[in-house]
Amino acid sequence: MMGLDIRIPVGSMFALLGALLAGYGLFDGTALSQRSLGINIDLWWGAIMFAFGALMLSLAWRARGRTPARGD
Amino acid sequence: MHPRAIDWVIMSVYFAFVLGIGAALKRAMRTSTDFFLSGRSIPAWITGLAFISANLGAQEVIGMAASGAKYGMATSQFYWVGAIPAMVFLGVFMMPFYYGSRARSVPEYLKLRFDEKTRTLNAITFAVMTVFSSGISMYAMALLLKLLLGWGFGTSVMLSAVIVLVYILLGGLTSAIYNEVLQFFLIVFGFAPLVLLGLKDIGGWHGLTEGLKTMAVSRGFAPHAWLSTWSVMGSPKDNPMGVEWFGMAMGLGFVLSFGYWCTDFLVVQRALAAESMQAARRTPLIAAIPKMLFPFLVILPGMIAIASTVHGGASGFALPHKADGSLNYDMVIPLMLGHYFPNGMLGLGLTALMASFMTGMAGNVTAFNTVWTYDIYQTHIRPRAGDHHYLNVGRIATVAGIGLSVAAAYVANRFNNIMDLLQLLFAFVNAPLFATFLLGMFWKRSTGHGAFIGLLAGTAAAAAHHGLTIPGTALPGIKGGWIAVLHHYPSQMAQNFWTAIWAFAACFAVTVLVSLATRPREERELVGLVYSLTERPRSASRAWFARPAVLGAGVLLGALILNLMFW
Repeated sequence: MMGLDIRIPVGSMFALLGALLAGYGLFDGTALSQRSLGINIDLWWGAIMFAFGALMLSLAWRARGRTPARGD
Repeated sequence: MHPRAIDWVIMSVYFAFVLGIGAALKRAMRTSTDFFLSGRSIPAWITGLAFISANLGAQEVIGMAASGAKYGMATSQFYWVGAIPAMVFLGVFMMPFYYGSRARSVPEYLKLRFDEKTRTLNAITFAVMTVFSSGISMYAMALLLKLLLGWGFGTSVMLSAVIVLVYILLGGLTSAIYNEVLQFFLIVFGFAPLVLLGLKDIGGWHGLTEGLKTMAVSRGFAPHAWLSTWSVMGSPKDNPMGVEWFGMAMGLGFVLSFGYWCTDFLVVQRALAAESMQAARRTPLIAAIPKMLFPFLVILPGMIAIASTVHGGASGFALPHKADGSLNYDMVIPLMLGHYFPNGMLGLGLTALMASFMTGMAGNVTAFNTVWTYDIYQTHIRPRAGDHHYLNVGRIATVAGIGLSVAAAYVANRFNNIMDLLQLLFAFVNAPLFATFLLGMFWKRSTGHGAFIGLLAGTAAAAAHHGLTIPGTALPGIKGGWIAVLHHYPSQMAQNFWTAIWAFAACFAVTVLVSLATRPREERELVGLVYSLTERPRSASRAWFARPAVLGAGVLLGALILNLMFW
């Protein structure tokens, strides 16, 4: 792959956005849940996004360990 | 809509990553092949997601939700009939010629297979089209941001232009592809909760179907008109789209869909960036898997919105009316975001929309700079310069392409009719294309003169058909009937489908006739370009399930099941 494993930016962006959302939901949950039918969607969806980001990063990490460095 | 600090932070994080990806890829851009074709080095799952994402501009997202409200489940025909079969055909049958011939663009394939004039015709119309599509994308984004966030037209246009410019200049096609992957995930994560909340609000799937049944009956249709596809297409009167099954299957499912997915360089370029022939062939097949499921992400919100409007969801969501009293369907997505998403999620939803506007632009710009540099500049202006020269020309073309898009956005803002007219002309030019490629790839006797004259005849047939027919109660003019009115179609969609069918038939017939009257090329010159003269690609080294034919069959089976489920 050219210079950059895409799973690194995808993973880190979603981990960061997920953490921001979940943190915000945790901090201000009840007021936020009014629109989203009583569900603290920021918290739950943020957690899911964080997990997705972490998964992407771990896949990138494992791939880095396995493939021998190509003489680019 | 009232964004707060958290929403702005989320949008800024996205913009920072977009520019960061460009900066990180800068070092890898050393040759023109790196810049225009990502050095043909990208794995299939990435090109596959980019392939589907490049087509998933925000107009598509907003338009599909609007159609979901207007026409219901039948809108998914644009995916299950109007995309999947063509994507499978591209991957299994056509990609060996695109990738195998080492053509660097779709027009260049036409040069290798036919001749220079056919390539130039295709390259010029395509280049003009991409610039205007990119401009229209910018224009639509500016209108939406003005409405949602109160941003000025110029601010939105300049912001999107500068960001897209920077990341393409830095990272070329790879940057565009990486950002398309980012956008793919943003759309999924931004819209899935919207569907879940909307469904919960209206009482689940059962509540949705009950609401849509009541509404269909109140509008004089069968109860399942908004919930079915083929079963309401016996006659145009039975469905809100006003089309019948033959126009749907031939017009959309064959001519328009194969014409777009199999010949449009904007999507094909993603596959050409793949690391190997196998990866290139798998690109549209991998893309077809999420594509199949996208109706649940982009069409379902429209169905939920209309059912809530008519039947009433618990939280009181309703679509607004336009000045003329009709429902404002284009507001489905923006309004649902504002209604169901609290701050935080709102930022994510807006980011997903902005991302799809910008990748829509970037996709057009990367296709434009490649076609301009290889098919117009290198062919007609300066043929034998060094590679570095073409890399620089590509960068200048990127700046020029974005400059022209900005101009187009302003033109669209001033004169809306000009854009309608241009889109109509593009439809005429595109409609016959698939006949040319089909005959070129699968009939070795077809000739350059045949292809060129066939394309012109197809475009002329499209224009003539449009000029002689008119949908519903429209007045003669941009909707048709500007020559004379010989036939009334029940809807504009039916007219579009039939325009495409006529254009394809005319192009096919004229290409065959002219080819038979002109001298064919030597067979040895066509090896690798025509099916019957090319060795079948061997794919034995891959696991059986990853072979294009197996993957393609699996994807078609999936589409068939979805068609039957929502028959």
